[in-house]
Amino acid sequence: MTKVPPKQDGDPDTTGHTWDGIEEFDNPMPRWWLWTFYITIIWAVAYTIAYPAWPLVSSATAGILGYSTRGEVISDIAAVEEANAGINTQLAEAEITEISLNPELNSYAVSAGAAVYRTWCTQCHGSGAGGAVGYPNLLDNDWLWGGSVEAIYSTVAHGIRNEEDPDARYSEMPVFGDILEEEEIAQVANYVMTLSGGTPVDAAASQAGEAIYADNCSACHGDNGLGNNDLGAPNIADQIWLYGGDYDTLVETVTYSRYGVMPPWQQRLSEAELRAVSLYVHQLGGGE
Amino acid sequence: MTDQVPPPSLYAAREPIFPRRVSGPFRNLKWVIMAVTLGIYYLVPWIRWDRGPELPDQAVLLDLANRRFYFFWIEIWSHEFYFVAGLLIMAGLGLFLFTSALGRVWCGYACPQTVWTDLFIKVERMVEGDRNARLRLHRQEKTDARKLRLRLTKWVLWLLISVATGGAWVFYFADAPTLLVDLFTGQAAAVAYITVAILTATTFIFGGFAREQICIYACPWPRIQAAMMDEDTITVAYREWRGEPRKHSQEAKTAPQGDCIDCMACVNVCPMGIDIRDGQQLECITCALCIDACDDVMERIGKPRGLIDYIALSDEVAERGGAAPRSVWKHIFRPRTMFYTFLWAGVGAALIVALFIRSDIEMTVAPVRNPTFVTLADGSIRNTYEIRLRNKNNDARLFRLFVKGDPALRITLEGTPYGSIEVPADTSFLQRVYVIAPPGSPPAQTDRQDLRFWIEDLTNGDRAWKDSSFIGTGNQP
Repeated sequence: MTKVPPKQDGDPDTTGHTWDGIEEFDNPMPRWWLWTFYITIIWAVAYTIAYPAWPLVSSATAGILGYSTRGEVISDIAAVEEANAGINTQLAEAEITEISLNPELNSYAVSAGAAVYRTWCTQCHGSGAGGAVGYPNLLDNDWLWGGSVEAIYSTVAHGIRNEEDPDARYSEMPVFGDILEEEEIAQVANYVMTLSGGTPVDAAASQAGEAIYADNCSACHGDNGLGNNDLGAPNIADQIWLYGGDYDTLVETVTYSRYGVMPPWQQRLSEAELRAVSLYVHQLGGGE
Repeated sequence: MTDQVPPPSLYAAREPIFPRRVSGPFRNLKWVIMAVTLGIYYLVPWIRWDRGPELPDQAVLLDLANRRFYFFWIEIWSHEFYFVAGLLIMAGLGLFLFTSALGRVWCGYACPQTVWTDLFIKVERMVEGDRNARLRLHRQEKTDARKLRLRLTKWVLWLLISVATGGAWVFYFADAPTLLVDLFTGQAAAVAYITVAILTATTFIFGGFAREQICIYACPWPRIQAAMMDEDTITVAYREWRGEPRKHSQEAKTAPQGDCIDCMACVNVCPMGIDIRDGQQLECITCALCIDACDDVMERIGKPRGLIDYIALSDEVAERGGAAPRSVWKHIFRPRTMFYTFLWAGVGAALIVALFIRSDIEMTVAPVRNPTFVTLADGSIRNTYEIRLRNKNNDARLFRLFVKGDPALRITLEGTPYGSIEVPADTSFLQRVYVIAPPGSPPAQTDRQDLRFWIEDLTNGDRAWKDSSFIGTGNQP
């Protein structure tokens, strides 16, 4: 359709390739284009000298500017901490029960506490604080050591049954396998099932278990099985079981006892972080 | 190799264009449109609008920091950004409509590049004189005191316009009077200064030096606008059948002479530097200054106006055959333009409906699903929901939250023993909400039950609702 103009005098050489009869002039590139190209080469070389670039066996060249992404992260974290220093001091010094009355401080504490929780607590208590067998659910309204914000703070700061913190609250259930006969354990387990409104596996054994319960268990768990927050003795009359409320689990619990340990966090977290995570846990829905 | 002729350069330097002054109806229309568009641009941020004590008093404000767009009585929150998207779609469809009906009227009259270039050319003409004087000055190689003075005066004036242009832009994003003071006292944010600097530079370079090059090389519109135009589009064209052969051409000496006297007036006034008599061209922005120039000449030599005119290309062909042109309205009302109008109006109607049915209270409900439910000490099953309440009113409002579903369900709010929540003016508020099913009740035992959250504005009784669901123990495998 279109006529290809014949090659004229003064036309530059072609590249020597032909595509469907189309040839390409071998024109020089514009000077500004070439200069841009040279400058990018210089820039690239200078960049690899100035910044970390060349991979070595176990690391990379450091670059003469001493830049590192880790260093940048460290300074970013420092900048955030500096920016939050004021409100963190305020948080650490406020009366802990009064914090929820200050909306701004409370909202900061809950957000910061959620971050602390996700970093340190999710491994045991789950990312949604739903807990697991042996690890308390923090959303419900059953608290072994109390669910007020001060009680939660004390648990977080000192932990439970650990050897590192002398202030850690401590209690130990006896190993009744050494004290009671197997039959007696079966009887008391059956009785405990009735405390929370359940149906015992063996009704006769359950009746016999009442006296065994009164002699061995009521001192800590109370006459009606309501537990004791001061001793960390679980309420065994409610619907929440840390290790399970079925017959086999109860027999196992009574025979071998349970010994859940929580580490103390005041050695690792700042006062503001401890308070923040306590307030966060308190507002999850079970706080008293 | 050595005696080869050097190849011709593929890079042509820009040919400067010195448009001559012209007067006529289209030129006057352009002045009016320039005054209106520049007036809107510079003055709109200064219109005040009383929204009460907590909200900004600026009628048009894009408050990016607080994610609020204010447009007179309309306030758009970030989750309602579809209004902005809808307006942009309408702008696009409007451009299609006008282009299919009237060619590149946007380019010729309303495009910022055209408006500011026109203003810059006006300044240039005031300082350096009209076309011939500017050409002389351009060709004068020696830079003497006069040339330097004229150039500097022109550049300083351009720069002032550029600074005002960049300066006006930032007023749309912050309270204008405060920002103006801050800009002059060095208190404004760095981003404000950077924006002003960038827009000053682009205005100065684009309006002063790049001019038609932006339209030809940088703007994508000339390349796609042809898709909206057809032979019925009314555009600037030359009545070749009437004008040719031109007076000075070889043919004109033997054949009867056309109306075109080859005076070059149409070329000299063209801000794009083209000759419309060569036919339709990508560069033509249909500003119609050539029509004004040619009509002026035709009047003086006693010929009818309209040698260059706004005509449809199909009419040019029809006239050549001696037929009368179709009426303007027949060109404008044709299926294509009707279709664009229909689409444009459809989007517009949808936006207006959306604007009127939107509520000034809203909520979103996000069920907490980690874990899906919690068993309480008495065996109740509890679900948690994070409910975000939006109060778009100018005053704090008290909201009551309640739930409709199984009658056994009870609702409590985290952090308060009351069933109501106060949400401050013009904010959104996140509230943790618990819904509890007593032990043994149907919702506690089933897999999933539907429920509906309601909010009621206790001030005026407005209500809004959102559906969600309640998860019970039946969900357990």
